[in-house]
Amino acid sequence: MSARPRRRWVAAAGAVAAASLLVAGCTSNEPQETEETATQEAPQAPSGGNDEQGDEVVIGFSAPASDHGWMGSITKSAQDVAAEYPDIDLRVAEGTNDVNLQISQIEQFINDGVDAIVLLPFDGAALTEVAIKAMQAGIVVVNVDREFDDPTAARTTVLGDNYGMGISAGRFICDQLGGTPDAKVAEIAGIDSLPLTQDRSKGFADALGECGLKVSNRVAADFTVQGGEAAAANLLQAAPELDAIWNHDDDQGVGVLAAIEAANRDEFFMVGGAGSKNVMEAIKADDTVLKATVIYPSTQAADGIKLARLLVQGKSMSDLVEVEVPRTVQLYAPVVTKENVDQYLPTAFES
Amino acid sequence: MSESNLASSAADVPADAAPPAVRPPRARASGLHGAAARNLGLVIALVAICVVGIVTAGDRFWDLSNALTILRLASVIGVLSIGMTFVITGGGIDLSVGSVLGLASVWASTLATQTMARDSHWVVMAVCAIAVGIGAGLVNGVLIAYGKVVAFIATLAMMVAARGLAEMIANRQTQVVRVPEFISFFRMSPLGVPMLVWIFAVVAVAGWVLLNRTTFGRRTVAVGGNAEAARLAGIKVQRHTMYLYALAGLAAGVAGLMMLGRTTAGSSTNGQLYELDAIAAVVVGGTLLSGGRGTIVGTVLGVLIFTTLTNVFTQNNLSISAQSIAKGAIIVGAVLLQQRFADRSRAGT
Repeated sequence: MSARPRRRWVAAAGAVAAASLLVAGCTSNEPQETEETATQEAPQAPSGGNDEQGDEVVIGFSAPASDHGWMGSITKSAQDVAAEYPDIDLRVAEGTNDVNLQISQIEQFINDGVDAIVLLPFDGAALTEVAIKAMQAGIVVVNVDREFDDPTAARTTVLGDNYGMGISAGRFICDQLGGTPDAKVAEIAGIDSLPLTQDRSKGFADALGECGLKVSNRVAADFTVQGGEAAAANLLQAAPELDAIWNHDDDQGVGVLAAIEAANRDEFFMVGGAGSKNVMEAIKADDTVLKATVIYPSTQAADGIKLARLLVQGKSMSDLVEVEVPRTVQLYAPVVTKENVDQYLPTAFES
Repeated sequence: MSESNLASSAADVPADAAPPAVRPPRARASGLHGAAARNLGLVIALVAICVVGIVTAGDRFWDLSNALTILRLASVIGVLSIGMTFVITGGGIDLSVGSVLGLASVWASTLATQTMARDSHWVVMAVCAIAVGIGAGLVNGVLIAYGKVVAFIATLAMMVAARGLAEMIANRQTQVVRVPEFISFFRMSPLGVPMLVWIFAVVAVAGWVLLNRTTFGRRTVAVGGNAEAARLAGIKVQRHTMYLYALAGLAAGVAGLMMLGRTTAGSSTNGQLYELDAIAAVVVGGTLLSGGRGTIVGTVLGVLIFTTLTNVFTQNNLSISAQSIAKGAIIVGAVLLQQRFADRSRAGT
């Protein structure tokens, strides 16, 4: 008789225990789950700190038309980085080479009241006025690659090192040609009207000057394959004998190589610029005149997005002692050769 | 002007057409399908685009500051298009306006011009830009009217040459305007409307009056409709043609000045491909590409349709590629519609 109630007791206690376990299990599971999803959504955020999710940041992004690989990669890498952060709402105004239209895109961002604008202007001077307007409206403006002509028009500027690119390319050519004083060095520039092209050429001339060389032939193209082909074809006609060529841009480099192959020339070596994937692969394979390229990072707008997020959320760059995000971040222009190409291939852009 | 013009328009313009008489037959025959109906069609298209904007972007689209953004974007191309309307109505075409815009913006912002402007008055820059525009337009006009060069070729040559000259003058660099009075003039917005939009409005009204209410306008229509008939009616066709290109050049100069005010920098890259935007706006607006009929209201609506479309696409984060496809579809649709109207009015006569 007495065994029966005891059994009931045990059953009841067991049921309660099971139920409480279940409840406890449920409740304790919940935070675990959110932790998991949070880390899944932000795989690039292992160390916490700055990458931890913060308040939502609305970022407007505008860049010139993706008419060559480097510029295409600018927008794509910006979108990729934004997608890694659940707290970034990125609005991309599609690329344009018309400053009138680009100004109106920024005006639209101002009207929308975005938190930050990451802007790679087609022409820095032409977009300065509207950038100042955005800053005055309390929007954080991050200027990428082509500088405004007024320092108050942007909170932070991300720059490649155009002068440094010229220096890197020039020093590499000096190293290779050091012993030959009358070496003929040609230069295929990008769009001449851009200050960045002038900076690159100046750096190149300065570095060559250090070893007593100078540019013997110079032509300018327009960053496109067809422009590179036309410019290189003319250059090769004009210079029957060359020792080295520096081509400012790997996108137009596709056309430059086509012209070199068409002319059946291989008495020189060529240094590229910007760092596209196919150029790096050619350097790795070592079966063309391409022996090196100098990097001009196509991820600078992505860096701009990250900085804009930090600025709006009031964070700083955690690797610096400084409590605020710096005014200017300038990226480095290393030389990529067969020896170190594997290190740079992952961040190369498709042209 | 060209032979094809004569052939196509001879049918519906009586040989003795005095300038004012060119229009009535068409207007009477088309009835509801006249200019008013065409403009109504454009207004409906514009409203439709706005509705799409409101539905997809809501308050962000339906906002005064957004409307002003659209208008500011429209004003530079708008002024170019007004000039283009006259040339096309007169049976011609001008491919050089975008380059002339660039040249005017560069020439008006050279160090020399800016120094002179600082020493005297910023208007020097405006005068310079406009003079450059008129000058380039006169060269076009003389080549076409007296040199008998086909308009397409003459203005194509000017398009290339003006861009080259702009690059040479600017040394391919961007020239920043450092004349404070100039910049603050374009920063003003009287009655809450930006200066650029005011200029566009003034140019549009002046263009409307000139085309619809003056002998000059009636002559333009007559020359474009049937140059031979216009000559027989006593119009100095060559001189008038020259004036038309000078007028387009003037508009390009003003547009260059506006670009300078908007960007505060003169660059040889300014206004690239704007000639095509202007032609598209003019044709969509209802001006006949073969000449003989022109509408300023239509052109303004055409410009607004394209810029509003751009705005809506940007509001919705849509790509410019999709936008170009939509633009192409609108151009084709508008021209097909015009042909239908033209057929009807011809059948009516």
